[in-house]
Amino acid sequence: MGKEENWEFWLYIAGQTPKSILALENITKYSREYIRGRYTIEIIDLLKSPQLAEIDEIFAIPTLVRKIPKPLKRIIGDLSNKEKVLTGLSIRPIATDGK
Amino acid sequence: MKPSNVIFHKTPTGIDGLNEITGGGFPQGRPTLICGSAGSGKTVLAMQFLIKGITEYNEPGVFMSFEESEKDLTQNVRSLGFDLEKSIAQKKLKIDFVRVERSEIQETGEYDLEGLFIRLNHAIDSIGAKRVVLDTIESLFSGLENTAILRSEIRRLFQWLKEKGVTTVITGERGDTSLTRQGLEEYVSDCVILLDFRVIEQIATRRLRIVKYRGSTHGTNEYPFLIDEDGVSVLPITSLKLAHTTSSEVISTGLPGLDKLFDGGGYYRGNCTLITGTAGTAKTILAAYFALSSCRQKERVLYFSFEESPDQLTRNMLSVGINLKPFIKSKLLLIHSSRPSLHGLEMHLLSLHKYILEFQPHTVIIDPISSLVTIGSRGEVRAMLARLMDMLKMHQITTLFTSLTHEQPITYNALAEEAISSLVDTWIKVRNKEGRGSRIRSLYIEKSRGMGHSNEIWDFVVTNEGIKIINSEFSAKQGQNGSGEAGRLTANSTRNNS
Repeated sequence: MGKEENWEFWLYIAGQTPKSILALENITKYSREYIRGRYTIEIIDLLKSPQLAEIDEIFAIPTLVRKIPKPLKRIIGDLSNKEKVLTGLSIRPIATDGK
Repeated sequence: MKPSNVIFHKTPTGIDGLNEITGGGFPQGRPTLICGSAGSGKTVLAMQFLIKGITEYNEPGVFMSFEESEKDLTQNVRSLGFDLEKSIAQKKLKIDFVRVERSEIQETGEYDLEGLFIRLNHAIDSIGAKRVVLDTIESLFSGLENTAILRSEIRRLFQWLKEKGVTTVITGERGDTSLTRQGLEEYVSDCVILLDFRVIEQIATRRLRIVKYRGSTHGTNEYPFLIDEDGVSVLPITSLKLAHTTSSEVISTGLPGLDKLFDGGGYYRGNCTLITGTAGTAKTILAAYFALSSCRQKERVLYFSFEESPDQLTRNMLSVGINLKPFIKSKLLLIHSSRPSLHGLEMHLLSLHKYILEFQPHTVIIDPISSLVTIGSRGEVRAMLARLMDMLKMHQITTLFTSLTHEQPITYNALAEEAISSLVDTWIKVRNKEGRGSRIRSLYIEKSRGMGHSNEIWDFVVTNEGIKIINSEFSAKQGQNGSGEAGRLTANSTRNNS
């Protein structure tokens, strides 16, 4: 299922805050584990480009946006709940295998 | 700390009447909370604060919307005469729509609203905004799960806005037990305004009340307000302060025969005259005479007609030799007709107020005031009439009301008379009586404050050339007895008790 797909994440932060650093660590860890070699993570610091906050509809920090594949998905927070992030980004489909 | 040493700067609200109630406006550089139920006019009021800030005080503004998109907002306020596109193009207004859709957002772990802060900061700095509106920030609560984070972040946001020094209006939805659903009033301690929208007897009335205003005196009553094609206006007058200046200048009643009955030869400028009588006693004609008299002195007259349309009124008056048309043409006379049942009492008062402010008349005629009285409760009528007269006297407008009375006392009309007669300065009664095989009209002066007047009852006829005052029963009788002086004596004796 979609093994050839590439993934593109944008992580919006506002300076290097503990929450943002944690979010980056988490998404890097999950990506390596599940979609190794098929992902990119771009970090956007809104302190440096504040105009992007409105354009990309950001209000919470940190926010992770799944740009590719479509549709666009957003997760806010430090991404500490692995299950929620994986299902939220559809990296791993909700467990329907087995019975 | 002595409160008297602290000067609170205020930002004009741009809303007619609200500056008076708040003693100058919203607290400058600090947040004001406007709360009310859905449809109570929060967004419109907030938008007007921004737009008038731009157009009248040259203060750019940011509107951060959590509910409506820029397009929807632009369309919704266009009917109020606000051209958002123009202000946006001039870089005086910035609208930022913060869309928070629960179904599209996942939350996991700790976050903050720094993104919102950055957005707002960027918007403020990009146009040099002095005014900010957040409408309605509580929407965040329906979009996000972690209310603990939201609460602390909203608290931080208000603090940040204060430090930023922008005058902010925050709107909040009315809660069941508290002023706002999320208790925003706890965070905004400077100024809280409550809007209310009530429908009583199928007539809708909007009201506004200042719940708190730290460090400032403010009106504590409920004030009716109006949203129409010019936006929001609030009617601030509640107290009948008898502080207006008076004039001793006399204006002709328009009817020489009637002038003669007053020692001064007419009504005092700035006074309030009431003409009461049953149906068909020529009240409107007497009113029209006065309108004509004022117009001839090149003074603007605003004629509120609650029974006849402007055309009907001018035609009917023409039939008794009163030609109002030239003055309508020269814009000295403005006749405004509306159905009394169209609005609630206070709405009527507000629209009267608006017309008066716009037209700046020297003379106002309300024909008849009794039509308005049929649509309100006793207390309301009294309060409204007091407000109305206070407003008219404040503007030093000479006023004439007519009021319909009935042969048999009918509560409403008795009410009109009762409520108004103690407030008016001059009271003329007209009546019909049957006799000598015909109906005879007559009039007399019930009272005239500060001016001696005839005490006799005068018969008059209405011809196609107007009203002709014939004679008084009293002088006719006295004439027979050979003593015409008695009438004058009685007249003089009333001088002191008025």
